[in-house]
Amino acid sequence: MNLLGKLDWNAIPLHEPIIMGATAFMVLVVVAVLGFITMKGAWLYLWREWLTSVDHKRIGVMYCILALVMMLRGFSDAIMMRAQQAVAAGGAQGYLPPEHFDQIFSAHGTIMIFFMAMPFVVGIMNFAVPLQLGIRDVAFPTLNSVSFWLTASGALLINLSLAVGEFSKAGWWGYPPLSELQYSPGVGVDYYLWSLQISGLGTLLAGINFVTTILKMRAPGMSYMRMPVFCWTSLATNLLIVAAFPVLTAVLAMLLLDRYLGFHFFTNDAGGNQMLYANLFWVWGHPEVYILVLPAFGIFSEVIATFSGKPLFGYRSMVAATMTICVLSFLVWLHHFFTMGASANVNGFFGVMSMVIALPTGVKIYNWLFTMYGGRVRFTVPVLWSIGFMVTFVIGGMTGVLHAVPPVSFQLHNSVFLIAHFHNVIIGGVVFGLMAGYNYWFPKAFGFVLDERWGKASFWCWFIGFYLAFMPLYLVGLMGMTRRLQHYDNLAWQPWLIVAMVGAVVILGGIVCQVVQLVVSIRARDKLRVTGDPWNGRTLEWATASPPPAWNFALAPNVTGKDAFWTSKREQAKQGKPGPSRAYEPIEMPKNSATGFVSAFFAVVIGFAMIWHIWWMAGLGLLGAFVTLLAFAFRRHTEFEVPAEQIAQFERAHQAGAAV
Amino acid sequence: MTEARHERAPGDKPSREMHPSAPSEFLVYTIGLFVAVLLTATSFWAANTTLLWPGGVFLGLAVLAITQMGIHLVFFLHITSGPESTNNVLALAFGVLIVFVVVAGTMWIVADMNANMTMPSGEPMSMRMQH
Amino acid sequence: MNIATAIDSVPLEALPSASEAGPAPKRIVVAYGFWIFLLSDIVMFAALFASYAVLVRSTAGGPSGAQLFNQATVAIETACLLVSSYTCGLMSLAINSRNRVGMYLGAVITFALGAAFLTLEIGEFADMIARGATPQRSAFLSAFFTLVGCHGLHVTLGLIWLIVMMVQASVFGFAARVQHRLLCFSLFWHALDIVWVGVFTVVYLMGVSS
Repeated sequence: MNLLGKLDWNAIPLHEPIIMGATAFMVLVVVAVLGFITMKGAWLYLWREWLTSVDHKRIGVMYCILALVMMLRGFSDAIMMRAQQAVAAGGAQGYLPPEHFDQIFSAHGTIMIFFMAMPFVVGIMNFAVPLQLGIRDVAFPTLNSVSFWLTASGALLINLSLAVGEFSKAGWWGYPPLSELQYSPGVGVDYYLWSLQISGLGTLLAGINFVTTILKMRAPGMSYMRMPVFCWTSLATNLLIVAAFPVLTAVLAMLLLDRYLGFHFFTNDAGGNQMLYANLFWVWGHPEVYILVLPAFGIFSEVIATFSGKPLFGYRSMVAATMTICVLSFLVWLHHFFTMGASANVNGFFGVMSMVIALPTGVKIYNWLFTMYGGRVRFTVPVLWSIGFMVTFVIGGMTGVLHAVPPVSFQLHNSVFLIAHFHNVIIGGVVFGLMAGYNYWFPKAFGFVLDERWGKASFWCWFIGFYLAFMPLYLVGLMGMTRRLQHYDNLAWQPWLIVAMVGAVVILGGIVCQVVQLVVSIRARDKLRVTGDPWNGRTLEWATASPPPAWNFALAPNVTGKDAFWTSKREQAKQGKPGPSRAYEPIEMPKNSATGFVSAFFAVVIGFAMIWHIWWMAGLGLLGAFVTLLAFAFRRHTEFEVPAEQIAQFERAHQAGAAV
Repeated sequence: MTEARHERAPGDKPSREMHPSAPSEFLVYTIGLFVAVLLTATSFWAANTTLLWPGGVFLGLAVLAITQMGIHLVFFLHITSGPESTNNVLALAFGVLIVFVVVAGTMWIVADMNANMTMPSGEPMSMRMQH
Repeated sequence: MNIATAIDSVPLEALPSASEAGPAPKRIVVAYGFWIFLLSDIVMFAALFASYAVLVRSTAGGPSGAQLFNQATVAIETACLLVSSYTCGLMSLAINSRNRVGMYLGAVITFALGAAFLTLEIGEFADMIARGATPQRSAFLSAFFTLVGCHGLHVTLGLIWLIVMMVQASVFGFAARVQHRLLCFSLFWHALDIVWVGVFTVVYLMGVSS
């Protein structure tokens, strides 16, 4: 018996120069970062203040950093695919062999959805929602840290697959029978399954945490209809997470049972049913689309209201539209497999539902337009992203409605027209929204604004690059090009694919601009330093210092209306003096905890051991996770008290800073 | 005193101070057990009897099961319709809706595909491949 | 937290509803969070039920449910779980009235009934496997073992949880967080019973009667 299961030296693909190059680069970066931390002697600081932190703001920032790092990884996959398709026409084979190309498109999809978009969305919610609700932290702070570290574990496993073994070649949805053991005997699909299970658990826990926070922890006076729209969309997103992710867990578990124990859920023989996988996968998959885009809608609502200097137009209709989307998103999943053999009745029902769900989204677009109408719009970077979103997303939405018509879907399915469509809504909707949120809340998180010029340059590169990269795909899709082609014979496609390649390079320019923006801003931070309220904001997060203290608010805010901070600013201006002052009181804060980090460590151990069939190690990992849980459950002191004097001191310093 | 304004925790009973007429909690559990046992016994009987029309048994079992789940929710989990557990009931309703959509939708879709895609068993494999 | 004082500074009529009352007390927050978790767990079971319903006829020439299931065992299993739900309820009554003996007694009976259920279920599985009805035999059996096994796994975790909680109760007494966790445990245990109602109806009774 082999103590290391299937793992041996052959697992490292030494004969693949591209993979080895990428691995070497990754190792180099990691070593450089670790070296930098050691050089600065920052390990203890990092451990105490960040890795074990249960502060929702820090966890939010760590989520966003994870997302940005994974975006670089996912984007390198993207640009490699574009480069391959730009050259591999006619007889040419390009530079990527098919089995590598298959891994790249699978990794690109998996990473961008699960480890870029999801962490970014959850990160921004983590940072902004408790502040907007006017509370000290989320409902379960330690669980929040566990959620983050589990997501990070999944990301680590997926990156490990680059160097040790291989990644899935079965696409980001892993349809059987291709993903079954019979056709994918390698560890690629196992890497995919375990990293998704681990990060999926983290996401589910985050969803539970936020539903509870939003429904049970709002500041006094903040009734449902006074919540900021971003909190509403976050509530909808987290309800969707809670309702949809268990289905993903179940369906991936079934595939795992098929692969590990020889079950027959989705196999060709013994009565397995592959349609069941497609069906259950998309029961999760379609709500997932709205899990990603609803918070982006919330961000646009905040950004546009703030920078137009007006209350959001149609707050109630916005809320109604959000909750309608929340429910309807569970009734459209079959449109992902119209062509798999359902009858006209079934296709008709889901086609109609898919068209109906465009209506509440349309309501939102009009609300944003009417908010800007008659307002004094300040064209800052977040506003540029928002306007870019509105234009782009409408185009993406239109092509989506087109796809909702089953006969059209029969023509377009599996073509790059579809690829163009969903990149149009995910980049134009989710990514633009996240970028707007990043620029909007950055000063709140760090106390200085991001450089405007580089931000605008980045936006224009992304915007133009996006159109260059994806409009040609609509065309070649209509010309009949199917997706996932490692090479093709039709030379008429090539010019368009070269344009798409150029578009990807322009987007790369946008990413470079963003990195430069960050570096420039950090170096000029003393000049860019701002007070708590740099944008003349409307919601409670702008009522406290930037960066906010660990306890967020020295005194729990009393909410008397929508746009709580705006209302209180107006009242203060009317009265000409601040409201009656209240005495500061000591605040109970949750203590830092290593639970998240340690349980994530064991999650990685379990995942890695299971992928390589190292059973004893998986058992040890499970035991370790259980002991960690016990250690957490038997902690005696879970909170510490911040003395009133410290709070008063901080507030005095903050007021003095604000006055200057 | 501020607690009274909050909704009840799921699983908590209505407080006796606020609802003096509420029955004893022991009695609630006991009635719940009694009704649940009755429903379970009926289910087992219905499944094994030949007295009933088989098509009706299927439906009857479903009705009995759903009733029993309701009994558990009311008597063991103390779900009420009062305003102090609105959030709990709303979450439950959302969950029930999703469960219904997932189960009914899946069964409908896959049954439909099975009906559409199954070839007459006599046809050779090569015929299937042409579609 | 100075929430209470903050509330008191607002006139009472300004707080007409629970939705404006500020952050809820810990007990409500914890139990509600667990309620949401249960919701997600039930949705996962819904996916397993749906798979079972789809695959129940895919016996691939192997045994069907009617040939395999022993209703007497299932009836005893059901009785165990039902009564354990009841004793779990009595346990939470004892906890609310700070009755240590009642709590331990309720826990022991609940544990014993849960363990009896598990023993019967494992025996049933072992018997089926011995007769060649393994999960690898057909899609129907895969779905059966996964659905019923997943419920059994939940019961197992529940039993481990109960042991841990009893240790916690003896170490910390009726501390607030121990009470919160025991409340969550009772929610969990009752929810498992509800799932079992679905299991015995859909899997065993419908499987035998059709």
